[in-house]
Amino acid sequence: MKNKLLPIFITFIFIIIFIFFYSGLKNTNIYTPEIKINNKIPSFKGDLIYSDETINSSNIFKSDKFYLLNIWSSWCVPCRKEHALLMKLKEIKKIEVIGINYKDKKINAENFLTELGNPYEKIIFDQEGVISIEWGAYGVPESFLIKDEIIIKRYIGPLDKKLIEEMKLIIK
Amino acid sequence: MLYSSIGYYALILGLGISLILVYFSIKNFKNSSTLNTKILSFTFLQFFLVVISFICLIISFVLSDFSNETVFNNSHTTKPLFYKIAGTWGNHEGSLLLWLLVLTLFIFIFFLKTKNQPLKYKLLTLIFQQIIIIGFSLFLIKTSNPFNFIFPTPEEGMGLNPILQDPALAIHPPILYLGYVGSSIIFSSALAATYLNIVSKVWASHIKKWIIASWVFLTLGILLGSIWAYYELGWGGFWFWDPVENVSLMPWLALTTLLHCIMILEKKQVLTSWVIILSISTFTLSMCGTFLVRSGILNSVHTFANDPERGLFILVFLFSLIFISLFIFFFFNKSSPNNSNSIFWLSKETSIMINNWFMMYFLSVVLIGTIYPIFLEVLSSQKISVGPPFYYKLIIPFLIPFLIAMAIGPKLKWIKSNIEDKVYLISFLIISIVLSFLIIKKFNSNLLINTILVSSALYLFFITLRDFFIKKYTNVSQNIAHFGFSLLILSILLNSLFSSEIITNLKVGETFTSSNAKIIFKSINQKEKKNYKSVTANFSIENLDGTIEDLSPELRIYNQPNIVTSEADIKTTFLSDKFIVINIVQNQDYFNVRYQVKPFMLWIWLSVILISFGGLISFFKKEYEK
Amino acid sequence: MKIFKLFFIIYLISSFNHLEASNDDIKSKITKNLRCLVCQGQSVYDSDSEFAISMKVLVDKKLEEGFSEIQIYDFFKERYGEWILYDPKLNKNTYILWLLPILIFLIGGAIIIKSFIIKKN
Repeated sequence: MKNKLLPIFITFIFIIIFIFFYSGLKNTNIYTPEIKINNKIPSFKGDLIYSDETINSSNIFKSDKFYLLNIWSSWCVPCRKEHALLMKLKEIKKIEVIGINYKDKKINAENFLTELGNPYEKIIFDQEGVISIEWGAYGVPESFLIKDEIIIKRYIGPLDKKLIEEMKLIIK
Repeated sequence: MLYSSIGYYALILGLGISLILVYFSIKNFKNSSTLNTKILSFTFLQFFLVVISFICLIISFVLSDFSNETVFNNSHTTKPLFYKIAGTWGNHEGSLLLWLLVLTLFIFIFFLKTKNQPLKYKLLTLIFQQIIIIGFSLFLIKTSNPFNFIFPTPEEGMGLNPILQDPALAIHPPILYLGYVGSSIIFSSALAATYLNIVSKVWASHIKKWIIASWVFLTLGILLGSIWAYYELGWGGFWFWDPVENVSLMPWLALTTLLHCIMILEKKQVLTSWVIILSISTFTLSMCGTFLVRSGILNSVHTFANDPERGLFILVFLFSLIFISLFIFFFFNKSSPNNSNSIFWLSKETSIMINNWFMMYFLSVVLIGTIYPIFLEVLSSQKISVGPPFYYKLIIPFLIPFLIAMAIGPKLKWIKSNIEDKVYLISFLIISIVLSFLIIKKFNSNLLINTILVSSALYLFFITLRDFFIKKYTNVSQNIAHFGFSLLILSILLNSLFSSEIITNLKVGETFTSSNAKIIFKSINQKEKKNYKSVTANFSIENLDGTIEDLSPELRIYNQPNIVTSEADIKTTFLSDKFIVINIVQNQDYFNVRYQVKPFMLWIWLSVILISFGGLISFFKKEYEK
Repeated sequence: MKIFKLFFIIYLISSFNHLEASNDDIKSKITKNLRCLVCQGQSVYDSDSEFAISMKVLVDKKLEEGFSEIQIYDFFKERYGEWILYDPKLNKNTYILWLLPILIFLIGGAIIIKSFIIKKN
């Protein structure tokens, strides 16, 4: 009896392993972190680009509006495309666009804005990229929709028309 | 274009010959008692066809024939000739062709060189090997054809990653594959021997040479990969527990264990089932490694282009081989009568069993660490990472008894032994402990586990060294190999304990001073080379003892593909390596400079060479000594 | 008995050692344990990507602010998930990971001892 049990058991184990590998093939090996929403925003301190003053996060997201935090850089190509859409958002009273300039040179950032327009109420200069990591971002561009100091939605990659329309519905 | 066609049809013919070979072998197996000489000729012909195919691919690369898709994806007209050739096997399709080359070569040599074995055994080994060859040929032709046409013919190729344009990396795959793929013979012959019930002392002596050869190549192949990672990847590490590395380590562990067991089987008819299991496992692990690395199931620094279709093919192929092996093992293996009652607990057999025990443990650590994330993700969709801390925590504590067993084990006699030089053994132990304590205390690295670890490595070191000089034991090869291993562990330990590093940002002309050294960024030169722009930074490093060294790390800015690579400058001496590397910081006008002092690096490489050398001696020994 | 005395002496001597860790060492240790999110299988220590460089600066800042090693790991885990740590924590997901090799070791030992007991009987 024992002699028959072992081979069957081992064969069974290998069949299980096969099934695992087979299922594993379908999963991607690229890791994207889970998008966590409904969390409180991180608290941080940063310097503003144009005025050189240091500002506390608690002062930025104070009022009852919606805020869109957008992480961008002058050297980031997709940022150029989404910039036009951000300019449109500037016109909506209910939402304020805040920018985090990621790993950039001030001069290049200013040129970028001169060329494409400035939709941001405030721009935080994140030269070392640490503030973005506080937000859990890992690339550019990324955006966060905030209300009452809670992150409602998170966008990885550039915004497009569809996402903006979705956003407008949420704001209403 | 012509060469691609020739190469392709050579492959198809080779596959056809596999079928012919299987047919003739089965016929010969049933009918005659002498070898059908046609079989030997066909085996050679098959090998010859694969050689032709391989040469055709090389020629396509050299001629930059971009009508061939593989050449297009992996080459460029401005690549130096040597790397055009090496590029042949530096990609997925070409490397599989290399697999096929080694598979067919080895079975041919096997047939040629095997004299004193029964005919049926040779034929059956051939049949099993052909099953593997057929599987690979189909895989190649169906999913990874190195001779795909693209039309219209592009003007220029996509270029090869400049990091892969390197001499060490050029010969690393061929040598590694001789090891990996060499274990296919061990697999096939073990299955054949099991079926025919001839797993015995005679078979062990015969297969031992194959095991050693495969093992030497695998050891050297892994060494080359590490050396390349050390100076090319740019931060002074040489082993990262990356899946691709683990995947080469696992067959090595199984093969080393097999090597030890076969020495017992040579002398007595014991452990036959275990030897068969190990023989099957080694090649299975190689195949499993191929699967893990080429299917895209794992994320790693040096994976080939990934494709789930290929992954599925290899998976099915791998498990077919596993199930065939399981079938043969369970139906045909007659376990040897239990005459292990003649072994005393303190004997060489026991120490080899202890070796097996620990090696299988190490193997399971590496295997589980590598594939667990896959299994977890399938079960719970959660992704976790298993990295160096896991492997170190599980392996290091067990290394200590392992090293000590390695020191004492070879001294034990077969069957029964009283330890003769007890005085020496204990006194060396005390010396090792005291010495290592002093070393560690002096240089200010205060960890208990390090002391114990270094002392066990030192112990093995002294014991094997003394044995060598006394020439008491005639087994020189094992002595050298174990000595090499002790040197390896010692070098790795001392290197990791006493390495120091300075990381800083510097502009040209600036100096950085620390308690250990003064780094002066003297100047920078720029030069246009054949396919890249070279930016060389000249540094002067002033050490504590006043000596000054000049080091010049380089940045290479390639245009096809658009990559910047960092070439470290390393000054190697017997005592330590001085390693410096620079990196561009985006948007800034300073460079990021990393300077490391790494003691005993050279000894890490030399000790592995010594280990292989021990194996090599064993291979060439004419007679096995009692 | 002699062996016990030996070990006791060794233990005494070694217990005079105490862990000494400079800030650099801790920083290296932490960054070697963090996985670079945008690279293929490199630690933050080894990588020179933009993301890794920012991570290294942030680790420095957190160390200066007085975060402990575990707090720093928790900080990153919260934002990027368990995957970012190379040292898998022992939790319900990883029991098998850590314990299976040990189990195999024990089974191996049992097999060897069993083969000797059989002989004695």
